[in-house]
This record gives sequence, C-alpha cells and structure tokens, in this order.
Amino acid sequence: MTVLRPVFYLALLAFIIAAPFLLPDFRTQLATLWLFIILAMTWDMTGGQMGYNSLGNILFYGAGMYIAAVVGISIVYDVGEYTNAFGGGTYKFTPTQYFIGMGLGLLLAGVLSAAIAWIMGYLLFQFRGPYFAIGTLGAAIAAGELVSNWEWVGGGQGIALPVYPGDFDVGKLFFYYLFAVMGVILFIFLRWFYTTRFAAAINAIRDDEEKAEAMGIHTLRYKLTTWAIAAFFVGIAGGISGYQLIHFEPLETAFQTINLGIFMVVCVLLGGKGTLWGPIIGAILFHVVKEVTWNYLLGWQWVALGALIVVTVVYFQDGLMGWLASKKPEWFGERVITKPDVAGEPAE
Amino acid sequence: MDQIIGNIGLLFEFPVVNLKIIIDGIMIGALFALSAYGLALVWGVMNVKNLAQGDFVIAGGYVAWSMANVGIHPFIGIPAAFVVMWGIGWLTYKLVIKRVIERDLFTSLLATFGLAIMFAQILNLMFGSDTQSIDLGYATLHLGPGGFIDVPISKLIGVVVALSLAFGVILFMKRSRMGQAIRATAQDARAARVLGIDTDKVYAFTFSLNSAICGAAGAIIVMAWVIQPFYGITYSVRAFVIVTAAGLGNLPGVIAAGLGIGALEQYGAHIFGIGYQQAIAVLLLLLVLFIRLLQQRRNRQVLQ
Repeated sequence: MTVLRPVFYLALLAFIIAAPFLLPDFRTQLATLWLFIILAMTWDMTGGQMGYNSLGNILFYGAGMYIAAVVGISIVYDVGEYTNAFGGGTYKFTPTQYFIGMGLGLLLAGVLSAAIAWIMGYLLFQFRGPYFAIGTLGAAIAAGELVSNWEWVGGGQGIALPVYPGDFDVGKLFFYYLFAVMGVILFIFLRWFYTTRFAAAINAIRDDEEKAEAMGIHTLRYKLTTWAIAAFFVGIAGGISGYQLIHFEPLETAFQTINLGIFMVVCVLLGGKGTLWGPIIGAILFHVVKEVTWNYLLGWQWVALGALIVVTVVYFQDGLMGWLASKKPEWFGERVITKPDVAGEPAE
Repeated sequence: MDQIIGNIGLLFEFPVVNLKIIIDGIMIGALFALSAYGLALVWGVMNVKNLAQGDFVIAGGYVAWSMANVGIHPFIGIPAAFVVMWGIGWLTYKLVIKRVIERDLFTSLLATFGLAIMFAQILNLMFGSDTQSIDLGYATLHLGPGGFIDVPISKLIGVVVALSLAFGVILFMKRSRMGQAIRATAQDARAARVLGIDTDKVYAFTFSLNSAICGAAGAIIVMAWVIQPFYGITYSVRAFVIVTAAGLGNLPGVIAAGLGIGALEQYGAHIFGIGYQQAIAVLLLLLVLFIRLLQQRRNRQVLQ
C-alpha cells in the first residue's frame, strides 16, 4: 500500500490535468463537478466531522459570488451605475483589469465569507442539532431575499459580469483548471487537517459536546474556526462560479437554497459522512446521476432528484464509504466501526 | 430610508391603517395557524420536523381546485381535500416517515425536504406553474370610516372555517380515546407502548391528521387567496416560525402565534415594502429561535 499510494495520487493528478482534453465536450460539466466536490468537502468539515449539519452553507457561495463580482467591477467602474446599465455596452474591461479584478475579488470573497461565517457563527452555533440546520437555512433564505431587494448590486435582476477575454474554449479550460487547482489544494489541506489535534477536537465536539467542553476544549472557538475555513473555500468557489456563469441573479443562482444548498448535503450523505473520500465519491456519483436524469427524464428530473434525496437519507444514510466500511472493515485498517444507535429496538 | 419613515408616519397619522393591517394580518394568520397546526402535533408527538408542510397545504388546494373545475361546490372541496390528503399523508408515513422517527432529527428534516421538492414538482407537472384560485363570486364588505377596510366575505368564511376546525381538533385531542393515546405517546412513547398503546398506529394517525388539516387549509386558501406549486415553502417557513414560537404540541398557542405572526408580517410589509415579506418571515423565524434560546439560557440549557 505504501508504495502504491504515491503512484495512485500521481495517476489521479495526471487524470485531473488531462480530463478536459479526454472529454472535450464536457469541460463545463467537469468544472461543475469540481464545484460539487469542493462544496461537499467543505460541508463535511462541519456536517461530518463536527456534527453540525448546516443547510445554509450556500450563503457563503452566494456571498462569495457577489463579493467577487462587486470587487472586480469596482476597481474600474462605479458599481451602482454598472449594475443599473446591466452589462450595457459602454462598460469594457481590458484583460489586465479583468484578471486583477477577478484575482482580488476571489481573495476578498474568501476572506469576507470567512468573516461572515465567524460573525454569524457566534449566534448560530448556540443552536444544536436540527435547530442549527433550520437557523442556517433561514439565514441563507433571508440573505437571498435581502440581496434581491438591494438595488446597488442589481436587485432581483442580478449582475452581468464581463466575459472571459480571449478564446471561448480557452475560457472553459481556464475555469476548469481554476476549480481543479482549488479542489486539489482543498483536498491536500483536508488530508493534513484531519490528522491534526484540531480535527480530533472537532470530532470530540461531534461525539459529545458537553464532554468535550468538560475536557477543556473551548468548543465555540473550534466551531467558529472550522466553519470559517469552510466558508473561505466556499466563498472562493462562489466567486469563480460567478465569473464562469457571467450572469447571475440572487434567488435562483447565487443563494439557491433548495438546489445547490441541498445537493451538497446529499453528495456527502451519498458518499459517506465524516470521511475524506466520501464527499468526493458522493459528489461524482450525484453529479453523474443528476446529469443522466436531466437528459433522459424530461420534466421528471426534479421528481427523480427529490426521490434520490429521500431514498439516500432514509435507506442509505451511511453512504458508500459507510457501507464499504461495514462490508470490508479490513480496508479501513484500524478504524473502529460503530453502528448508529437505534433507540428502543433490540439489537439484531 | 425616507420611505420607511414615511410609512411609519402613516401609521400614526391615520390610525385606521393599523386596523386594516391587523385585520388583514389576522385573516392570513388564521390560515398560517391552520397550516402549522398539524406540525405542532407531529413535532411534539413523533419529533419529526416536516419541511413538506407547506406542500401538503398546496396539494390540498389543488384537490379543491380541480374539484371546483368539474363543477363541485368549493365548500365540499374542503372536506374532500381533508380526506384525500389524509390518504396521501398515510402513504407518506408508511413509505418514508415511519423510517425516520427513531433516527436523528436532521434525517427527518432532510428526508422531508426531499419530499417537499418531489411534491412541488409533481404538482407543477400536473397543474402547470400558473397561480390558481377559485372565484366564489361573493361581495366584499367595506367597513370603517369611508369604507376603508375591505373584508372579502370569502376570506371571512375561510377564517371561520379555519378556526372552527382548529377548535374541533383541540376538542378531539382532549376528549377522544385516540386523542388521549396521542398525548400519552407524546409524553413518553416507551411508557405508552408498555401500557398497550400501538404507537405505530398513533404515529400514522398523527401524521395523517397533520396532512389532512394542511389539505383543508389549502382548500380554504384557494378560495380566498391564490396557490401555485412552489408556494409551499412560504407556508413551511411560517409553520416553523409559529410552532417554534408556540412550543411543541401547544395547540391554543399555535392559534395565537399564527394570528400574531400574520399581523406582524403585514406590518413589516407595510413599513419596508412588499418585496421584503418573505425576508421578514424568515428573519422572524431566526428572532423566535433566539428568544427561545435566551429562555433556555436561564436554565443553563441549549436549544436542542
């Protein structure tokens, strides 16, 4: 295994680099797949590793999208006038302006999203269990509604960003690699992060918060930091999405609570909560299923997706990794396997 | 900002505006209360947070609407929606809810979210995405100085039906054998089982009752307001606000909270503009959660 591991990672990296050339028709699809992987991995940081199931992580996606766009525009033009004209012809960006604006925008999108998470966390982390889920969901819906009433950033119409300067196909590759680089960085970070004492502390919070606190862990600080790190990556991903989509509006694209906001949770559940690879495998699985149903079930795709969510949650909640772990425990080395406690029923 | 101050000034300059807002709020609030009604039971008895609540309401509305289309009087549509949604609720319980009761609460939240998406989309495929309503053809009363306050008779009937149904359910819970069994299960499910109550039956009954009440609420809404396949989430959000504010299983509290939230929301819409109505409803939810949290704090407990 130890010899095979670097070979495996190198092969994977080669595949990631080569993928858009192997599947040239699916470049945008592959970029979206990376988005799903990033969102699923960041969701798992709080949901799987810390036991705080957020339904509102989409808030950072939307916030990142808006921050990146506003920063990118504001270094050249007045934002209010720009959004008023709604991408009218007079507003041109040179390639330098475009890339500097985007770079600055993405950086600020990450930093400010993390700050938003930190501030909101002070209030929201007072809730436990389902109340945290409802509270975060409420925050995300409210954010979308408030932004759609904010005329300075385009109101309900949203923002139309400049198009990628240069060849259309090169633009597609550019966004694919942007997402891919971010995803790989996130993966390497999490691979290290989950081995630290810090991760052990957030796992302790998941398993029993009262005991963790009694052991001297400053739980709120750990929760805030973890959520802020997750929000940092989600914010950047949202910013990239904004530039990739060119035009976005608040309710259906940026703060899409019932689409992407739930999809990322389902990805994690499909793959397996609280594992490094689970969210990635789940995201790939979910994205493939979603695209197939989108193409072949005209009109019924949403029903199928809803059914997939219900079936995953009700019948298959441990996900693929959980299922594998119960079938082939030896593959997981010395991992201790615990079955979920079913209260009130005798052990089988 | 000037507009907001102007709107607030209007409230003091013409006190009758307040009355109009409150009456409007109570009329819609009664329906919010009715859609939250079953949730208070389901949440309290079986600890399931049903995010598909609003979609049950809308589905009931479509039952009454399609019956009115073939010429059946809308008033018959209310009991019909009650019965049909009872069946759908029972089916939902057997297929999905039964399997999430004993699991952690996030599971039920997410599973019902999936259900909500399915319901909304199936309704959309069956009836299209246009807004629909039944026109009863009743007059509108003009009350107050200069006939300033409009009270459509259809809405008035809706409120009366909603409130009588609500009181009927309270009586049922107090007097009937099943009502007693439901309350016993809510207090301690295991003890209830030991004493010979078939809790599975109680759960199935509670969830079906919830769905049926929602259906009746929808049938009333389609007469006095409008429905659309994707309006479900608005009623779900309000139902959550109301139940969280009233406390689980507290039915009279649900009525009071429903009327109060209806009025508050109308005030918010008047002051900040109609575009903020949804945002206000959601922010009210967060506010109620925090007030609950502060109450729990006094006992050094967390909201769980």
